Amino acid sequence: MIERELVIVGGGPSGMAAAIAARENGVKDILLLERDQYLGGILNQCVHTGFGLEYFKEVLTGPEYADRFIKKIRGLPDIEISLRSFAVGMTGDKVVTFLKPGRMERVKARAIIMATGCREKTREMVHIAGTRPSGIFSAGFAQKLINIEGLLPGKEVVIVGSGDIGLIMARRFVLEGAKVSGVVEIQGQSRGLVRNIVQCIEDFDIPIYFNHKISRIYGRDRVEALDAVRVDENFNEISGTKFALKCDTILMSVGLIPENELIEMAGVAIDRKTNSPVSEELNKTSVPGIFVCGNSFKVYDIVDSVTRDSLAAGKLAAEYLGRARA
Amino acid sequence: MTKKMVCIECPKGCVLEVDMDAKPVKITGNKCPKGIGYALSEMEDPRRVLTSSVLTESLELKLAPVKTDRPVPKKELSRAMEEIKKIRLKRAVSAGDIVAENFLGMGIKLVATREVGLV
Repeated sequence: MIERELVIVGGGPSGMAAAIAARENGVKDILLLERDQYLGGILNQCVHTGFGLEYFKEVLTGPEYADRFIKKIRGLPDIEISLRSFAVGMTGDKVVTFLKPGRMERVKARAIIMATGCREKTREMVHIAGTRPSGIFSAGFAQKLINIEGLLPGKEVVIVGSGDIGLIMARRFVLEGAKVSGVVEIQGQSRGLVRNIVQCIEDFDIPIYFNHKISRIYGRDRVEALDAVRVDENFNEISGTKFALKCDTILMSVGLIPENELIEMAGVAIDRKTNSPVSEELNKTSVPGIFVCGNSFKVYDIVDSVTRDSLAAGKLAAEYLGRARA
Repeated sequence: MTKKMVCIECPKGCVLEVDMDAKPVKITGNKCPKGIGYALSEMEDPRRVLTSSVLTESLELKLAPVKTDRPVPKKELSRAMEEIKKIRLKRAVSAGDIVAENFLGMGIKLVATREVGLV
């Protein structure tokens, strides 16, 4: 079995920052595992601007923000980047199992940093009645289809929830020539940044229905329509307020879940409510030497904050390994 | 008359109040100087940086992400998207490389926002 001083799982903004900080704090034998064929993680599909103002003091798109870290990490010695490498197992004594095309490998680490990000909540998690036709996508997946694959998932869209990805996708769909019939948000205000309400919703005159929820989805093979209904402060439907919205596509933008199944496998305590590691201190877990950073530690609004905190994780790992002073 | 708007220059989202009757117009609510510029531009000629992606031919990715090198008048955004759809990128690019010069006939450049190599 190969042995490494530090194994980092995830090559998005968080994992790249952790690797850079670990190297700069004296860790000299780093393996970075990334399941995709490129570094950059979710930033690659976030082609819009709004990144980097805090960290780089300028406004960048997602791919540009990633590009700066990719260049930096490639210029550093002692960091091996293993692409198309999908971590599938982890033990309490820090053995990571991962798949590469055609083979499975195991690596024993002295310390591990997990930067595995989040997955999206689905329709099933918010309990919407009705049929189960095709045409219901999570917002981030629709973003990948449009921005990476060049496929437009639908022509007439309703967005459920007003997280930032949903708002950004409302604008993307309009720019790509689709109609966005509305954004339906159960809370009284958006969960996303105000700037995204302005530049993604108001700029394009998209109706946004606060204090509303989806009560039913219609359509046999493909989505045909949905019912929206006003709710009271306890989220109960108010009778007589129901109305239908015609659509062929529904995007779910209802929240993110930190991906922490691997560390759970290794015996790390997980908070059942948030799926984050139980932790008294930023980036630390219940198992010494296993660190978590970025969106898998907690859900962030802004990538600049992910970078800042993940740099701290890299330093923490260096301290744990006796390479840097606390 | 007072006009309210939300500044979109950064994630803070300051609520700006523009006193239209004052001469020159008075802007309050901004936590940094960017808010002034934003409010003035919003009143006169609202513009947005447009980001999208262009189709490629014989490159490693099907699409290359792009942005305009400066903000485009809001009312030109749909025309800009029509132009973007016509482009086929055939050479390898790095972030910052020009994909289309004098885009929209307005002296605006379309630039790549990531590296896309040959197949």
